[in-house]
Order: sequence, then structure tokens, then C-alpha cells
Amino acid sequence: MANRRRRPQPLLIRVTHWINVPALVLMAMSGLQILIAYPFFGPRGATYDWMMQGWMPPAWMRAGSWLAGARHLHFAFAWLLVVNAIVYLGYLAASGEWRRRLFWPPRDTRPAIQQLLYYLRLRKFAPAKDLYNGLQRSAYTAAIVLAILEVASGLAIWKPVQLHRLTWLMGGYDGARVIHFLALVGLGAFVVLHVVMVIVHWRQVPAMITGGRAPADDEAAP
Amino acid sequence: MTRVPPSRRDAFRALAALGLVACDTSKPHKGALGRMERVTETLEGAMLSERVPSRDLELTPMDAIPGYHVAPEIPAVPDDWKLIVSGLVATPLRLTLADLRALPQIGARIRHHCVEGWSAVADWSGVAITEIAKLAGARPTAYVEFRSFDAPSATARGYWSSWDRASALHPDTMVALAMNGAPLTPKHGAPCRLYGSVKLGYKMVKYLTEISFLDRRTGGYWENQGYEWFAGV
Repeated sequence: MANRRRRPQPLLIRVTHWINVPALVLMAMSGLQILIAYPFFGPRGATYDWMMQGWMPPAWMRAGSWLAGARHLHFAFAWLLVVNAIVYLGYLAASGEWRRRLFWPPRDTRPAIQQLLYYLRLRKFAPAKDLYNGLQRSAYTAAIVLAILEVASGLAIWKPVQLHRLTWLMGGYDGARVIHFLALVGLGAFVVLHVVMVIVHWRQVPAMITGGRAPADDEAAP
Repeated sequence: MTRVPPSRRDAFRALAALGLVACDTSKPHKGALGRMERVTETLEGAMLSERVPSRDLELTPMDAIPGYHVAPEIPAVPDDWKLIVSGLVATPLRLTLADLRALPQIGARIRHHCVEGWSAVADWSGVAITEIAKLAGARPTAYVEFRSFDAPSATARGYWSSWDRASALHPDTMVALAMNGAPLTPKHGAPCRLYGSVKLGYKMVKYLTEISFLDRRTGGYWENQGYEWFAGV
């Protein structure tokens, strides 16, 4: 299989991954600057009592210095990220890389649970893995799902009238704002976990920069 | 004197500085941010449709709807107030409130989308901009400018905003005379304001004094300070 000869981290995966890092940070920070203009959820006169209200993110979490500046940053980097995501997802689909990267429940559910039990010291040995283990696949796939939700809810907030069907799907304009914020919280949690795991498994970092070593012929046999 | 070749750190600093200049958030219409705004604007123009949004909305209580103005106090209507229709028109107009009330009226329940992030729903009625364009014999100009008597000080220029033609002539875009079935109150832009369903709140000029059909873009009060010009929803 040609797939087996590919390096662990192909060039397009690395490039799109590293573009994500500054772009996502800027999107999150400009997003929080936009939030403080009205840090409440739900329409006027009927704010959602089940949602947190009035949280003002501290200055170090924000970028763009004021509402208009933050909105311009947010829209500029949004398009960059959308193009980056299309390249990434297109490559995953065309190359077949999705097979070894995305969470496939029949294959990955049991190893993901075993991996979690191993991390929690409830299991002695880690389950077998190839490029990623099941838990990694579940985390990376969740991040992609959250990113897609983030883009969909963002489009719904941006164009609640022109994209009315999408906005309806996101629970209306005010519902989309909630999803947009909660997906950010989810992505933030992913990034924290991801960075912790990267620090713990620091030996795998070089592959994300250089691409890593392609398996030799004898290793390539299934 | 020996010339020190630029180090990698210098190059990095230069690149960072360039990035900051390109993304200067205090001048967001310029540099890379300005270029991206024009990309966004092109998309917004292409997405704009003539269809009107759903009216199936829950009304927001009147007292929960804020009223913004740039004057220190709620602006009072000038004694000699008339709505001027000017620019590239066959017949410039000076319309009284009675004149406006005598014209065909449209009405719609519309969700307001404020740039700050809040939304509020009200019923609006008044005279469609298409009606006023017809009455004045307006040329098919690319832009329509809306001016206000709401001004930050007695000497300052009043609030204003300019719109693309398609948004100004959208079937929901109107000179609103009434909100929730009652004449517009001073808090909400009396005697009349611009209202519609396809723009953010700051585009919908209150305390209206003048509508001009123009072939050039004339910015706006918030737009000139950095907010997006198109600002469609």
C-alpha cells in the first residue's frame, strides 16, 4: 500500500497544522474582544438563564484593541483559516490519510477506552497503536468537529438573514452565538490537553516539523 | 566601519513589524486588514438577496430595547424639520411628516442585529426607500446616503451612513415612522429613521434629515472610525 510508505506527517498536514497555530490564537483573542462589547447570551429582554452571563475575558486573552479592530482581524483570519481547513480536509480525503487519523468507532472505541484506562493507571499496558492510538484519534476528530461547528455558527452570526437556513439550524442568531462561544471553550480545552500531551510525548514533536522518517520497505509490509 | 549582516533575529523582528503594520487594528480599513475587508465586502454583495427574512419572531419588550445616539442628550427635532431627498434626482423633495404618512406604507417584523452582538425584535412600518426613489425620480446611483440631525456637538457634522444601492432598495428598507404600532419615540429616532432587515444597526440612521442618491461612496460616522462599511447581515 502506497499509504504505508508515506512519512508519518506529510508536508500538507504539517503546513496546515502550523498555520492553524497563530491563526487560531488570533481568532480566539479577537473573538473574545468582540464578546466584551456585549458579554451576554440570548436576545434583549430574554437572556438565557442557563448560560453564563457577563464574563469579561481579561486583557491578555484579547486582541484587536477595540470592537471594530477585532472584527476586522476576526474576518481577515477567518477566511485564511477556512482556506486552510479546505486544503487540510481535501488532502485528508484525497490521500486516504483520514483512515489513520480520524476516529472510526468500530475500530477505535475499545482502544480509546483502553488508552484512557492506561493513562489513569487502571491498565498496565497501552493498547497497540500505529500512527495514532484510539484516544488520539477521538481527540483530533473532536477538534475537527468543533472547528466545523465554529465555522458554521460563525457564518450564522455573520449572515443571519442571508444564511437563514444555516442560522435556523444553529438555533437562530442568539443560539449561534452560544454555539460559537461553547465551541471555542471546547477548542480551548482541546488545545490545553494537546499541549500537555505534546510536552509529555516530546519525542514526537520533530516529526510534526520535519515530517519524520518514512517506513523502510521491510517495515512497510502490512 | 564594518557592516553587520542582518541576523535571523533582525529578519524575524522586521517580519513581525511588517505584520503589525499590515494588521493595524487602529486603522482597520488600511493594509492587509483593509484588503481582507474588500474580500469580505465582495462576498457580502454577492450574498445579498431580495428575499425578506422570516417574520415569525417573538417581540422584544419595548423597555428592553436600548436607544443609541451620538449627541450627549436624546436629540430634539428641529422646528423646521423636513426630510430632504437630494442628489442625482429629477425632483428634489422636502417631505413633512404628514407627506410621509400620506405615502403608501409597508410594515415588517424584523430582528435587529447590533454590531455589539445583541439582537431585539420589533414591528416597523413606514415608507419604502424604493417609493421615495420613485417619487423623486432618482437615478440608479450606486450609493444612497442617509444623514441625521443627531450630532456629537452643535458644531460637529451629524451622524450619517452610506449604503450600496441593492441594500437601500431592498423591499424591507424603509423610512420608519412607527415602531410596534406607535409613532416613533425620541429614544428610537423620532420623527423618522432608516430601518431594514439587511444591515447591522449602526447603518440604520436615526433622526433622519436627508436621503441623497449619489454615485460615490461617502462612508459613515462609525464606518470612518473603522467599522465595516458594508455591514450586511
